[in-house]
Amino acid sequence: MVLKCRHVWDHISGYIDGALDPEVRANVERHLATCEICSAILDSTRNIIILMADDRVFELPVDFSKRLHARLDDVLKHEYPEPA
Amino acid sequence: MTATETLGADAQNSSEAALIAAILAGDREKFHILILPYESQLFRTAFALVKNAEEAEDVVQDAVLKAYRKLGSFRGDAKFSTWLIAITLNEARGRLRKENRTIVDSLDEQREENADFTPAALTDWNEIPLALLERKEIRELVQQAVAELPDTYREIVTLRDVEECSVLDTAHLLGISSALVKVRLHRARMLLQKRLAPQLNRAIKASSKSTSDRPRKRSLFRRTPWF
Ligand SMILES: [Zn+2]
Repeated sequence: MVLKCRHVWDHISGYIDGALDPEVRANVERHLATCEICSAILDSTRNIIILMADDRVFELPVDFSKRLHARLDDVLKHEYPEPA
Repeated sequence: MTATETLGADAQNSSEAALIAAILAGDREKFHILILPYESQLFRTAFALVKNAEEAEDVVQDAVLKAYRKLGSFRGDAKFSTWLIAITLNEARGRLRKENRTIVDSLDEQREENADFTPAALTDWNEIPLALLERKEIRELVQQAVAELPDTYREIVTLRDVEECSVLDTAHLLGISSALVKVRLHRARMLLQKRLAPQLNRAIKASSKSTSDRPRKRSLFRRTPWF
């Protein structure tokens, strides 16, 4: 089956996650092999996902961890976890 | 998930179970170690909802204290990380409710249908060298684009793509079906691609003129084995 670009776009996210049925996946791949536009959409989406997962993008505030553990310390010294 | 990753996750689960048992038996200090791997994940969850770093930090602190107090009610059938994220989501939502800033839980159907999920058709996409992330401007483009997504999409993308939760865990955390997670995730990613890809392309082109770090066409994902 020959897919149109628009149909391929519907599967970009599923393709990246490896969540497509084998048949759909094969059709998408066949289209990607010859379509520059869809390949660029796939690549750019994939790149954006890689960027979002990079720790440098959503950095913690300075001393976040220090403040968290200091506050925790206060509680740990005085309290036990509640009985289940 | 590969076999090694599965083994790694199993090892982590069992050492976590041991830590939890020790804490509940009175070795309270170990709670510091228990939460250490999840701090940044919790911050990102909180930030996705309250959209303010200071407030997100308060949310995480409250959530972590709550997790400590309720540790005895943690059941090993869920992952500890998912349990922590769920508590953090609740804290953040509670805070938004108090301030009458509610998250739009279900998108307006009509609006969702009419929104344009067509990606940006670029003919000349340039691979992004990860080194470019050293530049604040590039990081800010990504942050901005995520921050400006509609609430429901920002939640999904934060859990799935920033924190890399599984589809199943994300569905569980948000109380929606896996099918809906996939649909919303797809739309969120297309909205991001539409807005961000042209911006990134421009930024990369501008930088490749001035530095020797020339972007390569579509080479990154060949070198990255995780896809
Ligand atoms: Zn195409």
